[in-house]
Parts: sequence; C-alpha cells; structure tokens
Amino acid sequence: MRYAQDTWALARKDLLLELRAKETLPSMLLFIIAAFTVFHFAIPHGTGVVAARGLLWSALVFTALLGLTRAFVAEREQGMFDALVLAPCDRSAIWLGKTVAVLCFLAAAEVVALPAFSIFFTGLDGRTVAAVALADLGIAAVGTLFGAMAVAGRARELMLPLLFLPMAIPIVVGGVGRYLWFLALYDAIFALLAWASFEYVVAET
Amino acid sequence: MIAARALSKRYGDRRVFRDVSVELEAGGLLLVTGANGSGKTTLLRILARLAAPSTGTLELPARETIGYLGHEPLVYRELTALENLTLFARLYRVERERVGMLLERFGLWDVRNQRVSTYSRGMQQRLGLCRTLLHDPALLVLDEPANALDAPGLELLDGVFAEGRTTIVATHEPERVEPFATRRLAFA
Amino acid sequence: MKLAALTTALFGAAVALIFFYAPTDATLGFQQRIFYFHVPIALTSYACFGWGAWKALRYLRTRDERADLESYVAIHQGVVFGALTLITGSIWAKASWGVWWTWGEDELVLFLVLFLFYCAYFMLRFSVEAGPMRAQMSAVYALFGVVLIPVSFLAIRLSKQFLHPQVFTLHGPQMAHSQFFTFCVAWAAMLCLFATLYHVELAGKRIDAHLRELRELLGRRLDGGPQGAQVSALPAPERSSS
Repeated sequence: MRYAQDTWALARKDLLLELRAKETLPSMLLFIIAAFTVFHFAIPHGTGVVAARGLLWSALVFTALLGLTRAFVAEREQGMFDALVLAPCDRSAIWLGKTVAVLCFLAAAEVVALPAFSIFFTGLDGRTVAAVALADLGIAAVGTLFGAMAVAGRARELMLPLLFLPMAIPIVVGGVGRYLWFLALYDAIFALLAWASFEYVVAET
Repeated sequence: MIAARALSKRYGDRRVFRDVSVELEAGGLLLVTGANGSGKTTLLRILARLAAPSTGTLELPARETIGYLGHEPLVYRELTALENLTLFARLYRVERERVGMLLERFGLWDVRNQRVSTYSRGMQQRLGLCRTLLHDPALLVLDEPANALDAPGLELLDGVFAEGRTTIVATHEPERVEPFATRRLAFA
Repeated sequence: MKLAALTTALFGAAVALIFFYAPTDATLGFQQRIFYFHVPIALTSYACFGWGAWKALRYLRTRDERADLESYVAIHQGVVFGALTLITGSIWAKASWGVWWTWGEDELVLFLVLFLFYCAYFMLRFSVEAGPMRAQMSAVYALFGVVLIPVSFLAIRLSKQFLHPQVFTLHGPQMAHSQFFTFCVAWAAMLCLFATLYHVELAGKRIDAHLRELRELLGRRLDGGPQGAQVSALPAPERSSS
C-alpha cells in the first residue's frame, strides 16, 4: 500500500539521520541513568515499590521529552516541511513515519533503562513492561504532533514540555497503576486524533 | 496554466501584499522582481501551493506537478545526495534511474555518497535543483535560484530555463533570467 | 445589552437565593454556600472549553478567522472561570477543612490539570506568528483539550487507587428542592455571565482589529502609495505602480 510505503520511507529517513548524528539516543540514555541516580539521592529510606515505580515513570516521561524535542529539528532548520508537504504523500504519513522513528528511539532507550532500573531499585514484572510499551505508543503519538507545533513557534524547546506534560499525566497514572486497558484507550483516542489533525499543524493548505 | 486575480496575503495584522494578479501560459516564464522583504517569497509560496492567499482567486496545477525551490535548497544536510533524492523519488513514485540521471546532469554523481553538509553552498543548491526537477514537474517555482550558484551551476540553471517548462522565478538580480522571461511582475 | 441585563438580574436573584433562601446545611454550616458559586463556575468552565472546541472545529472546516477568534475568546473565558474554580474550591477547602488544597477532590485536581493545559494554549498562541498556522494549531490544541477532560478525569479517579488516600474531600449537599432551585439559578447566572463576557470580549477584539486595519489604510494613504505596490503581470517588460 502506498501509504505504508511512504510512512516507511519517512521513518527510515529519520532512523538514518539518527544513526548518522548519534545525538538523540545517547543523550536519552545518559539522561535516564542520570535521572535514576538523582532519584537515589532524593528518595528517603523505606519507600515502597509503588513509589519506586513512580520514579520510573517520571524518568521515562522526561527522557521521552528530551528525545521528542529533537524530533523535528532537522525539518525546521532546513525548511524541510515545505518539501515534505508538497510531496504527494498524505500529510499524516509524515506524522506516522516520525512516530514510528520516535517509538524506535524510546524502545532503544528502554532496553537499557529498564534493566538498569531493576538493578538500581526494584525488579519489574511483565505487566509493568507491557505498560511501558503501551505508554510509549501514546507518548510517541502525542509527542510527535506537539513536537511539530512546538517547532513552529519562537519558543521551540521551551514549548514542548508545556504542551506535553498535561497530556502525559494520564499516561503516568496508567503506567504506575498498570491499567493496561486505560493506556490502550488513551493510545487509541489520542493517536487517532493526532493522525487526523497533523495536516493542520504542518501546512496552511 | 496559472490564473490568479486580486491576491492578497496578510499574517494577522501584517499585510504582506495586496491586489496582485498573475497570468501565466503553459511554457511561459514569469520573472518576479523586487527588493528583499517586498513579498516575493510569500507570493511564490502561494503559487507553489505552500500557503493560501487571504483573498483573491487562484487557479493552479495539482500539488504533485509543482516543483519548488525555496531560499534553502530543501535537502537533509546529514544525508547523502543519493539518500536525499532516493527519499523523494520514493515519495514521488519516480523511477530510480532519474536520480542517477539528474545527479550526473548537475555534476554531483561523483559526490553522491557524501553527506550534503560537506558540500559547498553551490553544490547544495544544485542538489536542490535536482530535487525540484526529480518528478518532472509541470510548474517550477524557484525563489532566488541563482543565489548561491557557482559558475557551472548558473550554466545548468540556464539549461533548465531553456527546457521550456512553465516557470516562475523570483530574483533581485534579473539580468540573467531576463532573456527567458515571457512575463514580468515587479514588487515595489 | 439585553444579555447583560439578564445576567445582572440572574446574579441578583442567585445571590439573594444563596444567602437568604437556601437553607443552611446541617452538617457543613454557612460556608457550604460557596458550593453554589464553585460548582456553577466549574460547570461553566467546561462549557467554555466545549464551546471553544466547537469553534475550533468550525475554524478547521471553514478557515474563517472569526471562528478562530471566537474559539480563542471562549478558551480565554474558560481559563478565567477555571482559575475562579480553583480559587473558590480552595476557599471552600479552607472553610471546610482548614487546608488550602486537597488532592482528594477529583474535580479540583482535574481543574489544575486543565488549567496547566489551557495556559499552554496561550503560550502556544504567543509563540507563533499570527496567521493561518497559528489558528490551525490553536484549533487542534483546543480539540485535544476537550478530549483530555474526560480522559484526565478518569485518570484522576484511577489514581486514587494507588495514591496516598486523602482525607479531605469537598462535597455538595444532597440537594433538597430549595437547594436545587438555588443551584440552578446560580448556574444559569454563571452561564449568562460567560455569554455576556464572551460577547463583550469578542466585540472588543473585533473593534481592535478594525481599528488596526483603519490605521494601516490611513498610514498607507499618507505615505503616498501602498506598501508593496502591486502590478499585474504584463507581456511586455515594464514597471508600473498602482
């Protein structure tokens, strides 16, 4: 299907760019490990398992923000939105391709971060990992859309946390409580909304 | 091919231009001149279907048949020339052979596997022209194409004009394009 | 102006009812009366955001700038009423429990989240240059906001299952007829207040825009020629000004 091919071509482009630049993923990894370290010093003795899980989710959200902030930088700085928007592909394919790439970055970061977390703090069960996977979908879907919005204005990197964090609150709740059905619901609703509205965020016509 | 009447564009309270009418026949070349900041770029973006006019009527060919070159060459700097053109070839459903053909024509074949960030500005602009021509557009919209071009690039640009595609060129140094122009539009 | 008159009348009626007609709640005392302000304000806030989202959708459909302005004004009002919700909620909590804030009250927490979200709306608008892109992005964000309301509420409900249990919650009375009537009048008053403020702000902004347009036209006349004088393209080479 054409749409799938376009999406894959765009996702491939982003993965290739990251492979070359090697900026985003190493930063995310370093950041999340540093975050864990800070948490160790910040959390008093005797804190329970659920609280520890809360730390995991805080770290995940802020690490994701770090990665998302870089998501559309190339498009913005090199004016690539013009070139992509003129292409015959559906504008939402730009969103989907970028979301797929962001998901890959998140997954790559978590492959290191989750084991690190179990070593530093407390073990993680399958349900938590499933929650992380589901949350990644929501974070990538919504974060990509808001990333495109943030990059269009003057404030850029400042805007994305402001736009994204309120939306991340339900994800954190779903993650800490491991309400997989709720995370799936969030993903479905907001991914659909993001998919449908992306064209309005990148093009005037 | 293009018919625009009484176009105006404003961003909020900032009016960029008003009451512009344009007509361009197939195969013609419209030369748009004017100082920087006079609105040429905005008009060209509208004619390239990248922006919508605030008022006025506009008839343009379909989006897929338009090739646009902006102030920037619009290529990914950290990809190679080949990767850039292959991406757009995929998006525009163009055969791979055209990529090689254009790279050769614009003298970039030998450097096709080097990242665009290693190119001179003139080479980047030439690559931008490749991207613009990749899908054999019916309408070319070029914003200051000669801007960063080196001498061989300028020759190649003349070659593009001579091909006879419907073209819109904005420049603040019109002398080179003048011989090819069939219509003119001056922004004060 | 009829709307303003209606609002004033309703407000007068509401205040009278709240302070003189509605019975004092047996358990909660006199300060419970703030419920008659707090909840209608909260409900009106939802209405503001809903109306703003509706206008946002209209903008995306029609690309009519007026819809963008209406959406903006509605959301602006929504944030004002939202802030009032937080303030009245805080006063109520202080009066009932002696604390300025309680995480146990779902609606208050929801309003905190929404307040953050919609404040970012204004940051977004401020950061992008005026024009179709700003209007489009604002519209999309407004739609996300209105969908976030129920999703957040659900999240807050769920979160109580694992968060530290909060002792302090506010609750309205099990309403007797007289209380319900008072509540309805107060709610109607708030909605009318929103409608009035909405029209006033909208009118004000439209006048501003017209004024700026006039000023620009005047400036151009005085300068002796339009900025960016335009010509029609002609076959023969020439330069002319309009």
